[in-house]
Amino acid sequence: MCKLVVGVEGRLDADIETSAVKCSHERQIKNSDCDRTVLGNRMTLHNSKENLMTALKPGIQAPDFSLSTTPDQKVSLSDFRGKPVVLVFYPADWSPVCSDQLALYSELKPEFSEFDAQIIGISVDGVWCHLAFSRDRKLQIPLLADFEPKGAVARQYGVYREKDGESERALFVIDAGGIIRWSYVSPVGINPGADGILKALEAMSKG
Amino acid sequence: MDESPKLTQPVSARDHAEGPADAPLTLVEYGDYQCPYCGAAYPVVKRLQKTLGKKLRFVFRNFPVTQAHPYALIAAETAEAAALQGKFWEMHDLLFEQQASLKPDVIPQWAKKIGLDLDKFGKDIKQGVVQKRIKEDRQSGIRSGVNGTPTFYINGTRYDGPSDYDSLLAALKS
Repeated sequence: MCKLVVGVEGRLDADIETSAVKCSHERQIKNSDCDRTVLGNRMTLHNSKENLMTALKPGIQAPDFSLSTTPDQKVSLSDFRGKPVVLVFYPADWSPVCSDQLALYSELKPEFSEFDAQIIGISVDGVWCHLAFSRDRKLQIPLLADFEPKGAVARQYGVYREKDGESERALFVIDAGGIIRWSYVSPVGINPGADGILKALEAMSKG
Repeated sequence: MDESPKLTQPVSARDHAEGPADAPLTLVEYGDYQCPYCGAAYPVVKRLQKTLGKKLRFVFRNFPVTQAHPYALIAAETAEAAALQGKFWEMHDLLFEQQASLKPDVIPQWAKKIGLDLDKFGKDIKQGVVQKRIKEDRQSGIRSGVNGTPTFYINGTRYDGPSDYDSLLAALKS
């Protein structure tokens, strides 16, 4: 039986083991062991052997979400429609380097502001952890808690590490219309820096 | 972005460099004078210089992480102002050797200690002469994929391994 990862309207739902699936265009898709791409980049059928979660690629509408940033504030991706957004998925707060990825991007806020881009950090940590971490590192960018259901947004974007229970170190640059224009998954032990983000923002601003 | 990022601004005459210009190995560090990891890397670099001698050219560029390190910028300005009087490395070394004591009040003492003209020193910092250079370093660092401090580049390619002596030596030799 095929393990299918089915995208509906661009969202990656949880795995569904099924013998037949109705896609968003109401066609029956039969069991298959072969990889097939259906409906262009919106749906990908994978082999039964592996649960291949791939990061959402450019061209796709970035899935909307709503997550807590502080104990009493929620932030939705759609709040920022009209300006570029950079989503920074990272495994966990409190990594042991003084200029870690979040601190770096916080430091580079002026450079990102030149493109009117909003940077947002997302990890599975809870809001109180984010609050303490943000204060300690004096971060100037909002951190969102992908806490309950755990890693749900990371899964939507195809960047959840099931084994570790943390998200990948992944970047998504989304344009003012909400379309993903660049994405990158870094080896989890390497801070990818900002050059890829800035190149993507520049390319976008040139049209 | 599957390979390691490269230096977007190659080493040139504008750089602060120790070692021969035609050395087979060039190690560039983007550093922050208040960062403890850069402080730890300072003796490592000294050791590498001793071991590799004429084979190594070491270049230091500024990447002050000002939000995390409130004195990083003034320290960078201090070193660059010392450079204008031909004493960059003396000040660079002093800043790292005395890193634990780094704060704005001690800067004039240190400037005096290495024999700087204090008037010129003060003017160069106040009038923003050195800020442009530090900004250039920051920009080239960002574009080159600096991902923390210290970030090292070996012959123009970002080094992502640990900053201890053995790891760096192995990477340089390979």
